[in-house]
Amino acid sequence: MTEHESLSVVNSSRQFLSFILAGEEYATDILKVQEIRDWTNATIVPNGPDYVEGVTNLRGQIIPIINLRTRFSLPKDNDLKNRIVIVLNIDDGQKTRLMGLLVDAFAETYDINEDEIKAAPSKISVIDDEFIIGLASADDKMLILLDVDELLTSKELTPTINDNVA
Amino acid sequence: MSIDLSQFIPTFLEESFEGLELMESSLLNLEQGDIDTINAIFRAAHSIKGGAGTFGFNHVTDFTHDVETLLDEMRDGRRSIEQSDVDLLLRSVDCIRLLIEAARDGVECDAPNIQDVHRALAKTLNKEISNTAEPLESEPDVVENTVSNTCPSWKISFIPHHEMLQTGNDVLYIINALAELGPVTQVVESENIPPLDSIHPEECYLSWQITLQSHCDKGDIDEVFEWVEDECDLIIELVTEESAEIIEETKVVANPESEPATTDIKKAPSEPVTAVKTKIANPDGGSIRVGIDKVDALINRVGELVITQAMLKQVGTDLSHHEDGLVEKLLEGLVQLEGNTRDLQEDVMRIRMLPISFVFNRFPRMVYDISSKLGKKIELKLSGEQTELDKTVMEKIGDPLVHLVRNSLDHGLEMPEERIEAGKDETGTVHLHAYHQGGYIVIDIIDDGRGLNTERIKEKALEKGLITPDQHLSDQEVNELIFAPGFSTAEQVSDLSGRGVGMDVVRRNIESLGGHVALTSTPGKGSTFSVSLPLTLAILDGQLIRVASETYIVPLISIIESAQLNHNNVKAVAGNPSLYFFRDEYIPIYSIRQLFALPNSQSPLDESMMIMVESSGHKYALLVDDLLDQQQVVLKSLDSNYMAVEGISGATILGDGGVALIVDIKGLNALKQQMSCEISHPFEHTSESVA
Repeated sequence: MTEHESLSVVNSSRQFLSFILAGEEYATDILKVQEIRDWTNATIVPNGPDYVEGVTNLRGQIIPIINLRTRFSLPKDNDLKNRIVIVLNIDDGQKTRLMGLLVDAFAETYDINEDEIKAAPSKISVIDDEFIIGLASADDKMLILLDVDELLTSKELTPTINDNVA
Repeated sequence: MSIDLSQFIPTFLEESFEGLELMESSLLNLEQGDIDTINAIFRAAHSIKGGAGTFGFNHVTDFTHDVETLLDEMRDGRRSIEQSDVDLLLRSVDCIRLLIEAARDGVECDAPNIQDVHRALAKTLNKEISNTAEPLESEPDVVENTVSNTCPSWKISFIPHHEMLQTGNDVLYIINALAELGPVTQVVESENIPPLDSIHPEECYLSWQITLQSHCDKGDIDEVFEWVEDECDLIIELVTEESAEIIEETKVVANPESEPATTDIKKAPSEPVTAVKTKIANPDGGSIRVGIDKVDALINRVGELVITQAMLKQVGTDLSHHEDGLVEKLLEGLVQLEGNTRDLQEDVMRIRMLPISFVFNRFPRMVYDISSKLGKKIELKLSGEQTELDKTVMEKIGDPLVHLVRNSLDHGLEMPEERIEAGKDETGTVHLHAYHQGGYIVIDIIDDGRGLNTERIKEKALEKGLITPDQHLSDQEVNELIFAPGFSTAEQVSDLSGRGVGMDVVRRNIESLGGHVALTSTPGKGSTFSVSLPLTLAILDGQLIRVASETYIVPLISIIESAQLNHNNVKAVAGNPSLYFFRDEYIPIYSIRQLFALPNSQSPLDESMMIMVESSGHKYALLVDDLLDQQQVVLKSLDSNYMAVEGISGATILGDGGVALIVDIKGLNALKQQMSCEISHPFEHTSESVA
């Protein structure tokens, strides 16, 4: 990503915001994060992919909420009460959208040097390789650094009506 | 000091296109000796030339210069206004538009007819244009042609308004520019200088009486003063030596309140230069140019305010059981807030509203062109041009209207001989009439032509297989067939209409805006097309419905009626209850729960409601669990942050802050088609009660 490359020239350290998902710790570039909100009920979008929890009102804007557990085929958690939504600015190359990522809990922010980011071995999980920037260690924990732009681009959200029907 | 001029280009373009429109409509209204109108056309051309020169659009400048010269001759009475000249000028307007568009897109404009028109212009001006490879590049030098042999002397009285300097104008530049035209003698009048203690250093208190000896044209002098003409009192008089005849012109005092103490200026008896005498009525005049994004941001903000207000009201109502005077006061305040918010919302919405004249303005020219092309005599009547509608709707209604008007001109109106034979006036009339009705704007296109030929339509429809011979249709039903896809009755395919993609596209476009088109026709007397459109696409009257745990909104306009579901009227086809018998019709049943794949929450069949809706002439019976309120909702798009969803036309935010989706009736049909491979059973979740 060009943004990352240019950043690395100016400043080799990047800030990441991490969150918990089924006991694992993931992180996203903090510059993508607009705000963090408590979960409120979303309106179901007809015939959408199962990981689209619905749409919700963010100060007059209608934004989709992506359930990251479902997205990563993690065990479903039916009690959404204490969950949080990370509102992200997603850039698909043409325009910027606001999207909410439903996760278990917000964890921490980390300063991570570019050279500390290790490439993730390929095909380690159900998560496609292009969604992962790399892996990093912080306080003896492993952080999975996600590329949320790739993860939430519109082609990933295309409704699969035939899949639903079938 | 250098300024990046390119930032002004969009403004120039916008103003130029407006100027061209004004030229066009003025030319169509031009009568012999109508100096005001010619002046207005001239000024529009002049501004375009000036602007184009500033931005280096030389093709535009050169072309417009010749147009301006021709207009100048008309203005001075050196040339009478011939129809052929008006035609030429109209064609020139088209060329300038093409040239400006080319300049905007940064391409060379190579349309061959531009050179033709330019040559015709030059010929009219009795001037040879050098026939080099790039005729448009040659700098025409027409000014010299128009000058007499004597050396005329111009008397210029130039009285700047006090604040003229504040707009960055410098008197010295102006006088230097005059000096380039010829020898200048000037007298500075300083009697208006106030006492020292009340002098404002940024104001101009001086005025000038200037004598200029020059062969130049009055236009050249006007050009020098162009940028300050609204900020000064200016009198330019030509003192010819032979006759001492004085040609006078008074510029309107732009700012009467701040008029300096120069009341002794002699005003010429001529009328002040007013806006052109056209039908582009702009009653209040005052307007500002604002980016549409700013207005939309404001509308969104107000939409949010309405929601916040509704939220507070809810909180207030919840509190009201507390026996406390304060709560009462709070509620009072909230009621007031509600009123204010609604008013504010209405006002903001009005910003987007524009008079339909913006659309109507293109028709005089179109009718003019088509009538000469077809050899028909046509009078165009416009009424209700001040009827307002939303800008977005306006942008989309232009093309369908053009199509309908063309259709009336081409097919509806007869040739003059035919009309005389039929005992009618040889001039046919097309009347465009706009008015408000309910939440809709209705535009009637009325012609007094031959009316629809029902027999011919029937034959054609049979031929195209749109109907079968044993079908019994009323005349009205037959006439409606012209909206069927692939239908065109034109005996000869003309380049106006008759390409067979006509009326069905028109109807589709209008319906996609949430409107509809109706037609009435009387053989021999004429036909009327009636287009109704919602005033705005930003607000919608909706019926709130509940299906499972979700709230949806059905546009009120598409609802015919709603009723309790009667089991006896549910009819099965191939084992599936898929039709509903209602008022002597079998209507397909659409279950929202099924189409939207909602969770299987139980809902006893006898509690279900049925909403009869209509879209594109088809009726559907929607099954819902409950009918809730009716309310006006602000439309929001789903695809600005997510994407378009089949069967959903948008979303809105309800009073409690939650999101409700708006059902798109036409989209439901498409959804149903996609799902039709699956064996459908509208009552699958409640099948026990059916059985």
